[in-house]
Amino acid sequence: MNALYLALANLRFHWARTLILVVAAALVMAVPVLTRALLAQGEASLTARAEATPLLLGTRGSRLDLVMAGAYFTDDLPEPTTMATSEAIWDGGLGIPVPLHTAFTADGNRIVGTTLDYFDLRDLAPVEGRPFALLGEAVLGAAVAARLDASIGDTVLSDPENLFDLDGAYPLEMTIAGILGPTGTPDDDAIFVDIKTAWVIQGIGHGHDDIIAEGEDMAAAAARVVQFARITEDNIDSFHFHGAPAGYPVTAVMVAPYDARSATILRGRYLDAEGPVQAVVPADVIDALVARLLRIASLIDAVTVVVGVAAGLALGLALFLSWRLRAPEMRTAFALGAGRGTIARLALAEVALVLVGAALLALPLVIALQSQAPTIASRLIALGS
Amino acid sequence: MIAVRDLRFAYSGGFSLDVPVLDIDGGERVAVIGPSGSGKTTLLNLVSGIKVPEAGSVSLDGQDISILPDRSRRRVRAATIGFVFQEFALVDYLTAEGNVLYPYRIGAGLRLDQAARNRARDLLSRFGLGEKMQRRPAQLSQGERQRVAIARALVTRPKVILADEATGNLDPANKAAALDLLFDQAAETGAALLCVTHDHELLPRFDRVIDFADLRTPA
Repeated sequence: MNALYLALANLRFHWARTLILVVAAALVMAVPVLTRALLAQGEASLTARAEATPLLLGTRGSRLDLVMAGAYFTDDLPEPTTMATSEAIWDGGLGIPVPLHTAFTADGNRIVGTTLDYFDLRDLAPVEGRPFALLGEAVLGAAVAARLDASIGDTVLSDPENLFDLDGAYPLEMTIAGILGPTGTPDDDAIFVDIKTAWVIQGIGHGHDDIIAEGEDMAAAAARVVQFARITEDNIDSFHFHGAPAGYPVTAVMVAPYDARSATILRGRYLDAEGPVQAVVPADVIDALVARLLRIASLIDAVTVVVGVAAGLALGLALFLSWRLRAPEMRTAFALGAGRGTIARLALAEVALVLVGAALLALPLVIALQSQAPTIASRLIALGS
Repeated sequence: MIAVRDLRFAYSGGFSLDVPVLDIDGGERVAVIGPSGSGKTTLLNLVSGIKVPEAGSVSLDGQDISILPDRSRRRVRAATIGFVFQEFALVDYLTAEGNVLYPYRIGAGLRLDQAARNRARDLLSRFGLGEKMQRRPAQLSQGERQRVAIARALVTRPKVILADEATGNLDPANKAAALDLLFDQAAETGAALLCVTHDHELLPRFDRVIDFADLRTPA
């Protein structure tokens, strides 16, 4: 009790040094725990999402890029495939294709152009408003809605792709029709629009002022044709698309096969290494990725041990040096009747108090961040690359 | 109270301290003088049991402490002896009151109870520090620090008070005041006072003076 009293008095008197020691020790305690928690949550989130995504089709290339872009909406995009891939699935009658166009963002949030089948396959339903029904309508994921403090009827503006590219994508103002509830998946961080809206953003479809008709056989455009930056009831009829729909780009096509047999047949159809399209089972890709993550986790563990030992030695050195400075006090204590045991108890009491303080600081930090681990992991996965 | 017989302590430099006989009674005030290195502080360390003699004995209140094991010597030291150090040796992170109660905090077998707390406060009040009990050493003057150090030496009601250059860092006024406190308290409790000093002006106030000039001899 007396050792604790003296240790506490000394630590309080040298509060700045104590604070540094406590914070350093707290970080040494918390960081490995948080790293493990985030890794575990990241693995769980990755795996769950992959298992909920039966099959992805896309342009042949990196399987990981296709899965990350198609299932997790990350920034690294594979070469786009075309709507012909999706239509081929319809025609084959082996499953439901869901085209995904993830090339654009709004306020930094991924815009996912898709069809209403996506909501059915992911079991998503707006908690406010309704799914998109018209061109130019958007449904926000829960996290996006919270970040933008958006509500039904507000608008979001797609981010310009290239300011100086006259043929490029121009910002489109989209009306918020619905807001999804939180799911703890990348859907929370996405803005869902009809895939045609994504094509409008891309410039494949557009609406503009009427072209002046000057007779049966000829037409003359006005000198300045204004393209609409927002789709409204008044101008929606002027929107149209150029080119063959089968050639319109999509990032990936998610497929929900009707049964295991259909899935096997579908995978077989895209086995040809020379073919332009590949079929990927996300769970297989993510399993391989998680196996790598586990190896990295082992490395992190080893590094953590080394860093922990180094930090422990540094803390020990700091305490040792402080004890060197207290040598006169120890001589006094010894002269007054203290023994080596007393001095050892004093040292242990100080170390114990620092560690208890560090634990008290680290514990709420760990609890708070662990409760946010799904969100953080989801965000990290969404950042992806 | 203090009885030293045939005491011998060898230094590493080839000299030794020899004290054939030294008796100090309770209430007696004895000054120890001598040049630097003559063994004055060593004598205090031997009398208090911090050092163990090569030969001879040191008895406190009839008990030969030179044959006791370390733990017992420490307990006797804590219970019997009050120390006043030259540099005051106050603990910087404790208040004046905390410093006075320090001997009870260091696990030397003394029990910190309400009576000890009252005694500490009473001593500080009598020494003019009643309003400054919660101040730390850095917030006190030299004279005040020395009074705290004397209060710490007296709080355990020691039978022996050992003072090593206790007034060496004080101005004349504080020097006289500190000595007054020590003498008054020693007289009040009947404690033997053994005081190492270089200050010859103070010697007339002691009952006896021991000159160490001749005690350190070649081994």
